[in-house]
Amino acid sequence: MTSLETAPSKTGLRRIAIDPVTRVEGHGKVTILLDAENRVHQVRLHIVEFRGFEAFVEGRPYWEVPVMVQRLCGICPVSHHLAAVKAMDRIAGYGALTPTAEKLRRLMHYGQIAQSHAVHFFHLASPDLLLGFDCEATRRNIVGVVAAAPDIALKGVKLRKFGQEVIRHTAGKRIHGTGAIPGGVNKALTPEERDELRRDLDEHVGWAVEAVALIRRLAGAAPDFYAGFGSAPSHTMSLVAPDGAMDLYDGGLRARDLNGAILFDHVDPAAYHERIVEIVKPWSYMKFPHIAALGAEDGWYKVGPLARLQTVDRMPSPLAEAERQVFLAAGGGRPIAGALMTHWARLIELLHALEVIRDLLDDPEITGTDLMAERGARAGEAVGIIEAPRGTLIHHYRVGDDDLVSWCNLIVSTTHNNQAMNEAIRAVARDHLDGRVVTEPLLNHVEVAIRAYDPCLSCATHALGRMPLIVDLVDADGVTISRAVRNADP
Amino acid sequence: MSAPAPLPAPAPRRRLRVATASLAGCFGCHMSFLDMDERLVGLIDLIVLDRSPLTDIKHPGPCDIALVEGGVCNAENVHVLRELRRAAKVVIALGACAVNGGLPAMRNHRGLEDILRKVYEERPDGGAGIPDDPELPLLTDKVHPLHEVVRVDYFLPGCPPSADAIHKFLTDLAEGRTPRLADALLHFD
Repeated sequence: MTSLETAPSKTGLRRIAIDPVTRVEGHGKVTILLDAENRVHQVRLHIVEFRGFEAFVEGRPYWEVPVMVQRLCGICPVSHHLAAVKAMDRIAGYGALTPTAEKLRRLMHYGQIAQSHAVHFFHLASPDLLLGFDCEATRRNIVGVVAAAPDIALKGVKLRKFGQEVIRHTAGKRIHGTGAIPGGVNKALTPEERDELRRDLDEHVGWAVEAVALIRRLAGAAPDFYAGFGSAPSHTMSLVAPDGAMDLYDGGLRARDLNGAILFDHVDPAAYHERIVEIVKPWSYMKFPHIAALGAEDGWYKVGPLARLQTVDRMPSPLAEAERQVFLAAGGGRPIAGALMTHWARLIELLHALEVIRDLLDDPEITGTDLMAERGARAGEAVGIIEAPRGTLIHHYRVGDDDLVSWCNLIVSTTHNNQAMNEAIRAVARDHLDGRVVTEPLLNHVEVAIRAYDPCLSCATHALGRMPLIVDLVDADGVTISRAVRNADP
Repeated sequence: MSAPAPLPAPAPRRRLRVATASLAGCFGCHMSFLDMDERLVGLIDLIVLDRSPLTDIKHPGPCDIALVEGGVCNAENVHVLRELRRAAKVVIALGACAVNGGLPAMRNHRGLEDILRKVYEERPDGGAGIPDDPELPLLTDKVHPLHEVVRVDYFLPGCPPSADAIHKFLTDLAEGRTPRLADALLHFD
C-alpha cells in the first residue's frame, strides 16, 4: 500500500471532494482520488485560504500586536493574545510578572481552554459520537443533539458559557478582549467578580466529571473502534513545567518518540527553531513542521490534548489526574494514537481547566491590584509559547528601536498537526472507503477524523504560501501556444 | 347559553431558514452567535439552520437569511457568497470583516505581490516549494467587503457583534419586525 499522499499515476482516477469540511473552524477541503473499483489512490486535506498575518504584522507597533493577532482565530483568541504578549513582555523589557498579573493571565487562559474544549466537543463533534457517524446529515448537528439529548447539550452550552465568562472578567470581552498588556494586565479581578465565578464553579466541575464519564462510557462500549479509528502513531510534543507536570501557560518544550521515550526536554522556547523545521507542500497553504533531527519523513509529530496527556508526567489537579490514569490504562501501557481518543483527552483537560480555575479563584492574590512588572532593558527579539486548546502555539517577533515589528514567525497548533491529520484521514480511507461505493456517511467518517483534531483552520491560514501565477495561452484545439510562469518551480 | 368556543390556536409561525458562512474571517462572529448560550435553545423554535459550518449541509437551499462573516479574499469566497445571495432573501454582513474587510484587509495596503515576495524571501525554512495545486483557489488581489461583490441588505458591525446584538437582530426578523439595535448594542470593536 502506498502512503496515499500522492497517487503514483492520476490517469483514469475519479476525484471526490469534501468541500467545505464542516463542523470545524475555518476553511478546508478533502480530496480523494479513486479508480474504477473504488480503490483509494490519494487522500489530502487542503488548507485553501490564506490571510497573511505574518506579513502585515510587520510595521505595526509592538503594543498593538497582542490585540491584532487575536483576529487569527475567534475560537482561541486568548491563546494568540497571550502568546504574543509573552513575547512582547521581553521586547518591552519586563522581567517576571507580578504574582497577581501572572495568575490573572493564567485564569484567562484556562477559561479559554475550558470554553474551547466545550465548544469543540459539544457544539461541533458530539453529533457524530452521540447520534452516529451515519446519522442523517441534516440532523447531525448541535440542534440534533439538543433534540436527542437535551441535558447533555444544555450542560455543554453552560460549560462553554462559564469559560467565556472567565474570559470576559479577565479580558474585558468574551471574544477579542484586551486584558493582557506587555508587562502585566490592565484590569484587576474585583472580589465581586471572583465571587460570581466561584459561586457557579463546583456545579460546572460536576458537569465536567459527567462529560468525562460520558466519553469513557462511549469509548468503553467500543474500545477497539476508539483505539483504531483514524489511528496515526507519531511523536508528540508539548510544553511541560520544570517538574514535568502539565502547564498550559508556560514551560519548556518536551517531545516523546513513537514509543514514549523522551526526544528532547525542557527546551527553552527561544530555541524552538533549533528543534522544529517547517516545509511546504504544493497542495496546501498550511506548512508541514517536523522535528529537525529526524527529518521530514519520520519527524512529524502531534500536539494538543491527545499528545499532552502523554508527554507530561502528571496533571497537577487530582480529579483530572485520576481520569488521566484511567485513560492511559485504556492504552495498555502503549502510546495512544486513535483519533477519537483525542475527545477523551480533551474532556479530561476540560475538567483540569476547571480545577485550575477553582484553585486560582481560591488564591487571595487573584484579586490583588499590583498588575505591572518592573521595567528593565529592552530586547530586539523574543519568542512566546503557550499551550493553546489545540496544542503548542509559537509566536516569534523582532522589533526595531522604533517600536515597530520588523519580522514575525507564527507556528500555530493546527499546523503542527498537519501531517497527523493527513495520516488520520488516509487511515480512515484505507479502513472504511477502500473498495466501497462512496456514500455521504462514509465521507463523514473522514470528517470525523479531522474533527477529532479540533483543527483551527483559520489559525492555520495565517501563514503565507507563495501564490504561483501560471498563464497558459491555448488555441481552439487545446494546444498550449505559450506559457508565462511566475513564482513557480521551473 | 353555551360556553364560547375556544379561540383557535394561533397558526405556528413558520421558522426562518438561516444559512451562515465564514469567509475571510476568524470564526469569531460564529462564536458570538454561540455566545447566545441558553438562548440558543429558544432560538431553535424561531429558526432552522441551513448551510452552515455548524451543520453538515454543504450548499444552501432556498432560505430566508444568510448571515455572512468575513470578507472576500479568494475565488472560493466569491463563489460561496454568490451562491448565498442567490439562495437567500436577506443577506446580512456580520461583523467587521464582512462590513469593511476588517483586519485581513490590512494586506491591501501592502500589495499581494509585495507580501508574497517578502514572506518568501524571509521565512527561515521557506525554500521548500510553492503551493501551486489546482485545488487551491486563486487569491483576489485585495480583500473586499461583501457589498463590493453582492447586494447586502443589512450590516451588523462589531469585532465581533455581541451575542445580544445578533439575538435582537434575528428575533426582530423572525417575528416580522424591522431590526433595530439600540445604541448600547452597536459597537465597532
